Amino acid sequence: MIDGIFQFIDENTYLLLGIIKAVVIASALLGVVPLLVWLERRLMGRFQVRLGPNRVGPYGLGQPISDSIKLLFKESIIQNSADKFLFHLAPVVVVFTAIVSFAVIPMTGPFELFGEKMGLWASNINSGILFVFAISGMGIYGMVLAGLSSNNKYSLMGGLRSSAQMISYELTLGLAALCVIVHTGSLNLVDMVERQNSWPNALNLLNPPLMIAFVLFFIAGIAETNRAPFDLPEAEQELVAGFHTEYTGMKFAMFFMGEYINMVTMSALITLMFLGGWNTYILPDWAIIGFVAFAFKVSFLLCVFIWLRSTFPRIRYDRLMTFGWKFLLPIAIVNLFLEAAIRVI
Amino acid sequence: MLEQYIGATVMFIMAIGIACGMVFMTSVLGPKRHFAEKMEPFECGEKQIVSPHQRFSVKFYLVAVLFVLFDIEAVFFFPWAILFKKLGMFGFVEMLFFIIILGVGLCYVWIKGGLDWE
Repeated sequence: MIDGIFQFIDENTYLLLGIIKAVVIASALLGVVPLLVWLERRLMGRFQVRLGPNRVGPYGLGQPISDSIKLLFKESIIQNSADKFLFHLAPVVVVFTAIVSFAVIPMTGPFELFGEKMGLWASNINSGILFVFAISGMGIYGMVLAGLSSNNKYSLMGGLRSSAQMISYELTLGLAALCVIVHTGSLNLVDMVERQNSWPNALNLLNPPLMIAFVLFFIAGIAETNRAPFDLPEAEQELVAGFHTEYTGMKFAMFFMGEYINMVTMSALITLMFLGGWNTYILPDWAIIGFVAFAFKVSFLLCVFIWLRSTFPRIRYDRLMTFGWKFLLPIAIVNLFLEAAIRVI
Repeated sequence: MLEQYIGATVMFIMAIGIACGMVFMTSVLGPKRHFAEKMEPFECGEKQIVSPHQRFSVKFYLVAVLFVLFDIEAVFFFPWAILFKKLGMFGFVEMLFFIIILGVGLCYVWIKGGLDWE
């Protein structure tokens, strides 16, 4: 019996490893969300010279957990004129795309464990970055569906705004990523990091055209994740709460879950593409150090996201669209041309 | 080749499970105390008078069409970017024309006022 189990494990090691890694990463990702909510609330509190949540558990760490339990036990109101099926489908799409797009993010370099060569990623596919763009691009459907199915004019306006904003900034995001792809010659995210692991090429950020690409990617990334100062879909003063006005309880929280997971994915992408991923350049090349370095860089970027939110006021919608189409897009096209010209000479 | 997609497939199934599970849980666990006013669309305390499904600005449609155009053009860059080193000068010049066409298209839309939000 036991021999049979061991034989099965030996024959299907790759399959089992893939399943275990995917389960671990998905659970860890869901565990990061409450932590991130706590971090944001604490930091926002400090930025506004107040304490933030500090009553439930040590340093208020129990606050997001108690909040999520409360949200789970709240009534889920579906108003009479809403489209029931699409109304339920919208938050599912948002959370689903957010989790799946994290599947290809590598967190350390390849290492050996029990004689098996592996790395801390759910999937290491050749078209890594295209996969992230394809899946996270589908997240727009969630917001549009939420806006359309609610049968409420604030929701509809919020859904329209968010879809127009996200597709406009997706162009800049893609063109900025193309600079790194030209530099690396591969779509694979592990290749992109390994391209940066020695000094002359270390840190894509220090390469002049890629420096501009980094700024473009960062701005477009904030707009893609609907974070302040680009949180127009949820402009409270104009649209109540945008596309999730009609949502209550856990379904309301799922939109925020999607937003926070997208924030983590975007920070991880920026780390991998521009900040050298798990490379430390001075410390020994161990997988555990690599993971800590990666986590440190991602956390730093997340703090920058929160910092930007508490620093900048929300910009006006027409300025947002003009900024995206008339400023970022031409710069992204010229920058791609510059990168190609420097590479070819 | 296909085994690299195992992790992504497992994440795919888990994500569907988690998302559907959360929606199901909140529908089952929450209280259900319905009355007529609660089930009306939210309208800042007023009754909803006008239907939300009215005409909205044509600008949103224009942005969507422009996005499709530019995104399809951007998609052509991806295979070019991977093969950039192998193609060398030939690939660069070919793509230069493509970038110029893209730029001319953007200029045309700009001059025609397609990017203005008034």
